[in-house]
Amino acid sequence: MTNNKNSNQDTQDLSRRKFLKSGGLVAGGLLGGSLFGGLLTNQFQKGTKDEATPQADKPVSFDARTFFSRNEDFALLSAATERIYPENKNGMGAIELGVPYFIDRQCASNWGRNADDYMHGPFPTVIKTDGYQEEKRQNNEVITSSSVVKVPAGTANYQTKMTRGTFFLEGLTAMEKTSQDKFGDRFVNLEPEQQDEILHMFEKGEVKFSGVDSSDFFRLLRQTTIEGVYADPVYGGNRNMEAWRMKEYPGPIMSFLDKIEEEEFIVMEPSSLRNYQGL
Amino acid sequence: MAKKLEKVDVVVVGSGWAGGIVSAELSKAGYQVVMLERGKDQTRSDFIGVKDELRYSNRYEMIEKLTGDTITSRVSIGDAALPVRLQKDMNTGTDLGGGSMHWAGSVYRWRSYDFEIRSKTIERYGEGKIPEGMQIRDWGITYDELEPYYAKWEQTAGISGEPDPLGDKRSNEYPNPPMLASPAIKLFKESAKELGLHPYQMASGNMSQTYTNPDGETLNQCMFCSFCTMYGCDFGSKSDPLATVIPTARKTGNCEIRTNSLVRRVIHKDGKATGVLYTDTRTGQEFEQPADVVVLAAFTFSNNRLLMLSDIGEIYNPETRKGTIGRNFTGQFNSTFLGATGFFNEKKFNYYMGAGGLGGALSDYDADLFDHTNLDFIHGGGIELRQYGDAAIKNNFVPKGTPTWGEEFKEKSLFYAFRTLTVWYSAAVMPWWHNYMDLDPTYKDEFGDPLLRITNKLTDQDKNIAKFGIEKCAEIVEAMGADIIDKDELPDQFDHSYFGMHYIGGVAMGEDPETSAVNNYLQLWEMENLFVVGGSALPHFSSHHPTPTIGALAYRAAEGIDKYLKENGGLLTQPKASSVKA
Repeated sequence: MTNNKNSNQDTQDLSRRKFLKSGGLVAGGLLGGSLFGGLLTNQFQKGTKDEATPQADKPVSFDARTFFSRNEDFALLSAATERIYPENKNGMGAIELGVPYFIDRQCASNWGRNADDYMHGPFPTVIKTDGYQEEKRQNNEVITSSSVVKVPAGTANYQTKMTRGTFFLEGLTAMEKTSQDKFGDRFVNLEPEQQDEILHMFEKGEVKFSGVDSSDFFRLLRQTTIEGVYADPVYGGNRNMEAWRMKEYPGPIMSFLDKIEEEEFIVMEPSSLRNYQGL
Repeated sequence: MAKKLEKVDVVVVGSGWAGGIVSAELSKAGYQVVMLERGKDQTRSDFIGVKDELRYSNRYEMIEKLTGDTITSRVSIGDAALPVRLQKDMNTGTDLGGGSMHWAGSVYRWRSYDFEIRSKTIERYGEGKIPEGMQIRDWGITYDELEPYYAKWEQTAGISGEPDPLGDKRSNEYPNPPMLASPAIKLFKESAKELGLHPYQMASGNMSQTYTNPDGETLNQCMFCSFCTMYGCDFGSKSDPLATVIPTARKTGNCEIRTNSLVRRVIHKDGKATGVLYTDTRTGQEFEQPADVVVLAAFTFSNNRLLMLSDIGEIYNPETRKGTIGRNFTGQFNSTFLGATGFFNEKKFNYYMGAGGLGGALSDYDADLFDHTNLDFIHGGGIELRQYGDAAIKNNFVPKGTPTWGEEFKEKSLFYAFRTLTVWYSAAVMPWWHNYMDLDPTYKDEFGDPLLRITNKLTDQDKNIAKFGIEKCAEIVEAMGADIIDKDELPDQFDHSYFGMHYIGGVAMGEDPETSAVNNYLQLWEMENLFVVGGSALPHFSSHHPTPTIGALAYRAAEGIDKYLKENGGLLTQPKASSVKA
C-alpha cells in the first residue's frame, strides 16, 4: 500500500502524459472521460488487490465531469496539472491522484461560482504596476466600470466579474490559443518542455485575456492543483491518500497527546476524514 | 416597518469574547440582556469531525460570507478603493461566538509601555523621537489599572502558561501550567538561551489540563490535534465564548440570545441611544430592540460602520485631522509576521501535531525593552516559534530559488515537509494620520448602505521595524542549526489582505474627546449610554495578538455599564484635554 509505483508494466507504459499525447483521447470525443476514468480505476485496483475480496475485485469509480462540458478543456486541464505536479520517483502525479476531477468538482461548487464572495460592481479595469505609485484622484471620486485603477503587482486582488469556474474556462481557452499561436499544435500534443514554456508565459503574466492577467490565472491553477493533490480524498483528489503517504502526513488524528514530546519523526499509515467521522 | 419589541436593560450587538463577556457579567448582575448575532446558532457538536483542511483553512467555512457585505481598501487618500472580494483576503468572524471561535489561542498581555506609549517615549528619547503624523497617545488607563481585568479574563478563559521573564508585574499565576514543549520548541528555546535571550513557553487558550473556571464552566485538556486556527474545537479544549461566557450568560436566565439578527443601525434621540434596528437574515423582517444601554461588540469593522451609518460622532477627516470615528486604524498587515525560515536536511519534526497557542516566545526585542536611541523606529515585536501543526496543503515549503511548481518543486516540497521551522517577529503597528476608516462613495452592501472604506499605507516605521526583526529571527534560526536560512523579504506596500482578523481602532479610547471616541470604560464620549467594546477601542497595535486586551477591556466595560445603570447615568470618567495634541 505504501508503494506509490505500479508494478504492472502494461499500465506503467501508458503513463498519463503519453496517453494524453497519443491524441486519440483528445481528438475523439468518443474516447473521452470514461476511458480516462477507467484507466485510473484500473490503476487503483492494483493498489488494493491484495486486500480486496473477489467480489470487490473491481472497485467502481463514478468519476465524471460535472463542470467542464468539453472534454478538450478537461484534457488540457489534466495535462497542465500534471506538469505542475508530475509523476516522478516520489510517486503519482496530479492526473493519477485525481486532481482534474477535484478541480472539476470545485468549479461546480459554491467556490467555483463565487457564491460566498462580494461580486457586486462596478468592475473597473485594473492595471498592475511594478511598485506602488500613488494615484492622483479627487477624494471621494466614484468608481465606474470604465474607470482604470492601478494596483501594485502581486496584490491579492480579485477584481474580475468572472467566477472562478468561468475564469478556468477562459484561461484554458487562452492556453490552447497560445499553444496554437506559438507551436502550431494543441497543448496536449506538445512536448513537456513546450507545455512548461506556455505555463511559464502564463505565470509571468505575458498573456492577456478576458481583461485579466494570466499570472492570476496561473496562481489559481497552481493553488487549486496543490489543493487537489493534498486535500482529503473526499473531494476527488489525493486518491487513496497517496499524496499524504508521499508526504508522510497522517491526516486527521484525534490525539497526539502521548506523542507531542517525541524526538523521532513518526510515520503513520494515513487516515481520512471518513475514518475520523466514524463512517 | 420595523416591529418594535419590548425594552430591555441592555442590548449587546455581537457574541464574540467582547459581547460574550459583557452579556455574561451583566446578566449575572441581574440585568435583562438581549444579545444579537448576525450569524447562525452553533454548538460544540457542530465541530465534531471538522478536521478538514480544504473546507476550513482554504475555503473559509467559519468566516463570514461576503455575498452581501465587505470592505473596500486603498493605500492612499488619492487612490481608488476597491472592494476586498474574496474570503481569502477578508477574514471576519460570524456565527455564535464570533471570530473568537476559530482563534488560535495565543495569549499575551500588552505591556505597561503600550498604555503610556507617548509619555514613556518622550520621557526616554525626547519628543523628536515621535515622527509628525504618528498619532500615538496614552490610553487613559495604565497597565497597573488594567492588570486585575487581565487576571480576571485569564481565569475565565483558563489560560495555560508560565510568566514571561521580561513581563510586567502580575497579581497571580496563570490558572493552568504551560503546554508541553515539543522538540522543535525546545530547540528554539535552547538556541535562544545560548544567544543570551529570555525564551519561555507562550501562554495559550489551549488547555494543558482539564479546568473549571470561576463561572463553573469546564474545559478539557488539549489533544494537540492541530486543528485550532480557522476551526472550532471539537473537544472543548480551546477557550472560546461557547465554552465559557455564553453558557454563563445563558444559565442566569437573564440573557436572551438571538441569532440570524443583523444589526443595521443604532437608534438614538436627543444624544442618547434608544435601541437598535436589526433584520432577521432568514425572513427579512425588521425589528427595533429598545434598551437603556446599547453595547456594540461587533468587531472593529462593524462597530465603526454602525456608528457611521447611524450618524453618531464625527467621522475622522485626514485633511483636517479632526473627527474621532475611524481614526487610529491599525492591524497586523503584510509587514507584521516577517522573520526567517530554516530548512533542516538532517532533522525531521513531528510538525503535523500541534495547537494554535503552542510555541516558544521571547520579549527581548519587544516594546521599549531595548534601547531605540539609534534605531529608526519605536516599539518592537515579539519573537515566536509556533507549532500550529501543519496539514498537507499548507505544508509546501521550499528554499528560495526553488521553482514553485514542476518536478523539482514536488521533490523538494516533499523532502522539506516537516523539516521547515519558521521564527517570526510580530512587530507592533503604530497609527498614522493617513490610515483610517470612513464610508465608501461607490460600493454598497445588499441593503444599499455604503461599505466601510479602509485607507492604509505601510510607513518607514513599519518597514524599519520589520527589517530589524527579520535579522533577529535569522540569528535564532542560525543558532538552531538550520542548513538553509531564508529571510523574508520586505513588502513594497500594503497588499489589501485582511487575513487573520486582527484589525483595530476607529473607536479608540483615550482621555481627550478631541482625539478619542471612548473613555477608559469604553463609553462613547458623545453618547453616554452607548458602549463600544472590542478591538475598535485599541489606539495602536502592540507587538502581539489583541484577544487578552479585548477581554480585559470588556470586563472593564461591563463594570462601567453596571455602574452607569446603578448611578442613573453620566460620564464615568471626566474628559481631559491632552497637553500634547496626538
